Amino acid sequence: MRWEPVIGIEVHVELLTDSKMFCGCAVGFGAEPNTNVCPTCLGLPGALPVTNRAAIESIMAIGLALNCEVSPRSVFHRKNYFYADLPKNYQISQFDNPVCTGGYLDVEVEGASHRVGIERAHMEEDTGKSTHVGAGGRIHAAESTLLDFNRSGVPLVEIVSRPEIRSAEEARAYAQELRSVVVELGVSDARLEEGSMRFDANVSIRPQGSTDLGTKVEVKNMNSFRSLERAVEHEIARQIGLVDSGGKVVMETRHWDEEAGVTHSMRTKEGSSDYRYFVEPDLVPMVLDREWVRQIQETLPELPASRRERYRRDGLGDALAGVLAAADPALRHIYEDAVTVGADPKAAANWVTGDVIGWLRRRELDPIELQLDGAALAELVGMVGEGRISSSAAKDVLDGVLSGEGRPAEVAETRDLIQISDRASLETLVAEVLAANPKAVEGYRGGDEKVVGFLVGQVMRATQGKADPRMVDELLREQLLA
Amino acid sequence: MPVEIDIEHVARLARLDLSAEELEGYKDQLGLILEHAARVQSLDAEPHAENAHPLGLFNSFRDDVVLPSLDRDEVLAAAPETAEGYFVVPPAMEGE
Amino acid sequence: MSPMPSVVEAGRWLRDGETTAVRLLEGALQRAANCEAQIHAFLTIDRERALETAARADADLADGIDRGPLHGIPIALKDNMCTRGVETTAASQILAGYRPPYDATVVSRLGEGGAVVVGKTNLDEFAMGSSTENSAYGPTFNPWDITRVPGGSSGGSAAAVAVGSSVAALGSDTGGSIRQPAALCGVVGMKPTYGTVSRYGLIAFASSLDQIGPLTRTVEDSALTLEVIWGHDPLDATSYSGDYPDPKAGLDRGVAGLRVGVVKELSGEGYEPAVESAMGEMVSRLEGAGVEVVEVSLPSFEIALSAYYLIAPAECSANLARFDGIRYGHRGQGSTTEGLMSRTRAEGFGPEVTRRILLGTYALSAGYYEAFYGQAQRVRAAIQEDFTRAYQQVDVLVSPTSPTVAFAAGERTANPLAMYLSDICTIPSNLAGHPAISVPVGLDSQGLPIGFQVMAPPLGEEVMYQVAAEVERFAGFELAPTLQEVAS
Repeated sequence: MRWEPVIGIEVHVELLTDSKMFCGCAVGFGAEPNTNVCPTCLGLPGALPVTNRAAIESIMAIGLALNCEVSPRSVFHRKNYFYADLPKNYQISQFDNPVCTGGYLDVEVEGASHRVGIERAHMEEDTGKSTHVGAGGRIHAAESTLLDFNRSGVPLVEIVSRPEIRSAEEARAYAQELRSVVVELGVSDARLEEGSMRFDANVSIRPQGSTDLGTKVEVKNMNSFRSLERAVEHEIARQIGLVDSGGKVVMETRHWDEEAGVTHSMRTKEGSSDYRYFVEPDLVPMVLDREWVRQIQETLPELPASRRERYRRDGLGDALAGVLAAADPALRHIYEDAVTVGADPKAAANWVTGDVIGWLRRRELDPIELQLDGAALAELVGMVGEGRISSSAAKDVLDGVLSGEGRPAEVAETRDLIQISDRASLETLVAEVLAANPKAVEGYRGGDEKVVGFLVGQVMRATQGKADPRMVDELLREQLLA
Repeated sequence: MPVEIDIEHVARLARLDLSAEELEGYKDQLGLILEHAARVQSLDAEPHAENAHPLGLFNSFRDDVVLPSLDRDEVLAAAPETAEGYFVVPPAMEGE
Repeated sequence: MSPMPSVVEAGRWLRDGETTAVRLLEGALQRAANCEAQIHAFLTIDRERALETAARADADLADGIDRGPLHGIPIALKDNMCTRGVETTAASQILAGYRPPYDATVVSRLGEGGAVVVGKTNLDEFAMGSSTENSAYGPTFNPWDITRVPGGSSGGSAAAVAVGSSVAALGSDTGGSIRQPAALCGVVGMKPTYGTVSRYGLIAFASSLDQIGPLTRTVEDSALTLEVIWGHDPLDATSYSGDYPDPKAGLDRGVAGLRVGVVKELSGEGYEPAVESAMGEMVSRLEGAGVEVVEVSLPSFEIALSAYYLIAPAECSANLARFDGIRYGHRGQGSTTEGLMSRTRAEGFGPEVTRRILLGTYALSAGYYEAFYGQAQRVRAAIQEDFTRAYQQVDVLVSPTSPTVAFAAGERTANPLAMYLSDICTIPSNLAGHPAISVPVGLDSQGLPIGFQVMAPPLGEEVMYQVAAEVERFAGFELAPTLQEVAS
C-alpha cells in the first residue's frame, strides 16, 4: 500500500499593534512580569473589552494578502474553558463567523509552485504565560506554576490552511512564505524565537490517489521551521509505520520532542473539549463594508510572490530572484534604482546579494546605513561591463564606495584601479611585447597555446597590471595571427 | 416532564467540586427549572443569527493607543499567592 | 429628626445654606445606625472616606464650584459596583475582602458630580435573586415589615432609600432587580435603556441584560440622578454613542393626549387582588386625565421568563468563570490548578449562584445549545418584535411591577421556580433592552407598598418619566415605612 501525507497547518501570529486587542495595555516582549496589565486583560470583576480597530485592519490586510473573502459582518464568540493562563476562563475568539474565509497561498518547493488553500483567518486574544517551576521545568514534573499576564490580551490572528499540503518540505515552505507575507505587511514581526509566530500541524495519511481524509493527529511544540519539517516528516513516517504493521492512527495531540526527534502522545482528556461557544455579549458586531475593504486593499504593499515574479521578468533566475526578493528593502531599492538607470539586472542583483551583503555582515551594519545608491551601483556595473575595471578590481572599488570614499569612477581613479582598455595604446604595447619575445611568438606559431598566458602576463607587467586582460588577449591573438 | 441531566459532567465543565448529595439536589432542581425553561421550544421561529444590540450598535472600536496599566503592587496585593511579580498556582494539569 | 429630603430638596437646602453636605451625611449615617440592626441594608459603610468627600463638597460649594444635582448628596451603591480601595464583594464569599484597583465608571461620574458615597449596599449574591436572601452576609429586611423581604437583588439599596440612610442609591437591574425591590420598598426604581449607562466596573451577571439605574424617593430625583450617571463610555463597547434624550423634559407636561397600553399578559392568576386593584385605579385616573387607554397583547411575554432563565444563566456561567482563586478573592485547597479552581468555586459560591452556573453551563453545552440557548434567543427576538408592534399603537406600556407585595422571609427560598416568578413583569424590558420604571402608588391592607410599572420604547426615557411623574402626582404616596419611627 502506497500512502500519501495530508497536512494542514494552523498558524498563530501576534500582531504588532501598540496596544492589546481589547484594552490599552502596551504590547511588548520582555517586560517585567505583570506590568502591562489592567482590569480587562487580567479578568478582574467588572472589566469589559473594547476592540482595537488597528488589529481588525491588520487581519483584513492579512486576509486580502491571502486572497480571502472579508466577511461583510463578523462577530466575536466566547470560547469557554478553564486554564490558569486564561484570566476570564474564556477566550474572546471567533467561531462560525470569522473575519476572513476562503483564500490561498502559492508555495514553491524545488521550483514547482503549488496552491495551498486557506480555510479561514480569525481574530482572537492571546493568553498569559505559564512558567513551570520545579524539577526539569517540564510540565509533568513541576512543583508550581508562575503566571505572567503581560501577554494576555495581545492580538492574535489564527490562520488555518486547508489540508492541502503534501509533504514536510512543503509544510515548511508554506510556513516560511506565510511568515514573509505577514512581515511584508508590517503587521507582525513573526519571530519564532519570541513566540510572535507559532504553528501547529495536522498530519494524516491516506492511500495514494484517495480523496478521503484519514484520521488526523495534531502535532504541537515545533519552534523553528526546521523542527516543523522534521516533526511532520517524523509523524508521517510514524503513521505509515503504524498502519503498515496493522495498527490504526488514533486522533490525538502529540508533542514534538526536538532533542529526541520524535512525537509523544499528550495525555488525552475524556472526549474532546466542549467550548460552549456563544456570541460575545460585551461586544457588538463588526460591519466590514466594501469601502473599508477597498481602503485596506489599496494600502497593501507588494507581496513576496509578486516581487519574485517581477524580478524574474527582469531576467533573474529563480534562485537569485528569490534571494533578492527576500532581502532587506534598502538593498532591493538599490537594485531597482540601478536597473532603472540601465544596469544589467543579473549583475546588479549579484552585487547586492553577494558582495554588498557580505560587506555589511563583516561590519555588522544595517542595510539602512549603506552609502550606496542605485546610480552608483549602475555605474560600477557599467564600468565592469565596459572593461574599464576588471571584476576583481571592482570588488575593491565597491569597498571604497561603501566606505565613503566617493563614486565608483572616483574611487577607481584614486585607488588606481582603472584598466587600460584604450585599444590604440594597448596595440602599441602588445606589438612591443611581441617584438621583445620572439621565442614566444615562435612557440605560438608552432602550436604552443600556453605562451599566450605568458605573453598576457608580460603585457600586464608592463602596465603594472592595469591593462584589460581580455583586450590584451584579443589583441595578442590578432597580432600573432597576423 | 423534568429534564434528565448528566450533572457530574456539567459540574466538571463548570469546575464546581460538589458532593454527591449536593449534585443530586441540583440535578433535581435543574430538571424542574429546565422543564419550565423548555417552554421556549413552543415558539416556532426562523433560526436566528445573534441578537442585535437593542440600539443597533455596531463597529464599536478603540484607537490603537497605549493607556496606563495598573500598578503591579496594587494588582498583586489582591492575589492569594505571588512570588517575585508572578501569580503562583500549583502545577496545572494538561489544559483543554 | 426632620424627614430625609429628596435630591431636589437637599440640593436647595445646600445652596440656600440651610444645611451642609457633612450634615446631610451625618443625618444619613444616623438613620443607618438606627436601622441597620433591623434591616441590614449595608455591607460596608466607610465613614471616614464619606466625611472627607462631604467636607470637600462643602468646600467646593463655598468656592462657587457647583458640580450639579448630586453635589453633596449622600448616595449608596449596590456592592456589585467596583469602588477602588473599598471592599466590593457582590455579596459573595468568593470576594470576601476584595478591594478593586479601579472605580466603576458610574462611581467616577458620581465623584465628578460631587456625590458623597455613604456605603455599599447588600444584594443577592452576584445579583441573582429577587429577595436579597441569597447574600452570603445575611439578608436585608423590608423597612415596612421586617419579617418580610425587601425584594432583590438590589434590596439593600431600596431599603436604604426607604429609610433615608441615603438620599438616593444605585442598583443594577438584569431581570427586575431595581424595579421589583423599589416596588416592595415603596421607592422609585428605574432601569435605563440598555447601553445608556456604562457597565464598566459593574460585576457582571448577564452582560446583555445588566443595567445600572437609580433608586430614589421621587420621580424627579430619578431623572436627575440618571443624567449624572448615563452617557457614552469608551470603556464599554456596548455603550450608546448617539444622542441622549432629556429625561426631565416631560416631568411637568401631564399626560393628556398620550396613549397607554395595559399589558394583557401581566395580570390574572398569581397577581394579588390589591395589586390588580391598585393597577386598575391608576389606569382609570390616567384615563380621566386625557389618556387613551388600550389593552395590548404581547403573547411572547408568556415565555419570557423561560427565555430569561436560559439566557441569563448562560451568560453568567461564563461571566463567573473568572472566579477561580488565582488572581483575587477566596482560594480553596488544591494540589493541581484544576483542583484548586473547583474547590475554590464550590466553597465560594452560594446555592443560587451554583444553580445558575450549572443551568447556564448545561444550556450552552454540546447537544443542548440549539434546543435551549439558541431557542431562547429566538424568543428574545420575538419579544422585541412584540414590543415594536405595541409601540406602533401606544406611547408607553403599563403593568404592575410585581405580581405580589413583599412576601415573608423564607417563604420562597425552598422553591427556585416560585422565586423566579417574582420577575415576570420586569423581565421583558430586560430582554428587549427597553427603559422601565416602578413608581409606588399605594399600600395594601397590610401596609405593604405596591409598585406601578411604566415601560417605554428604547431611548424613550422622556415619555416614560412624563407618565411616571403624573402617576406619582395622582398616587400622592407617602414614603413612611414603619421603621421610619426608629429612624426618626
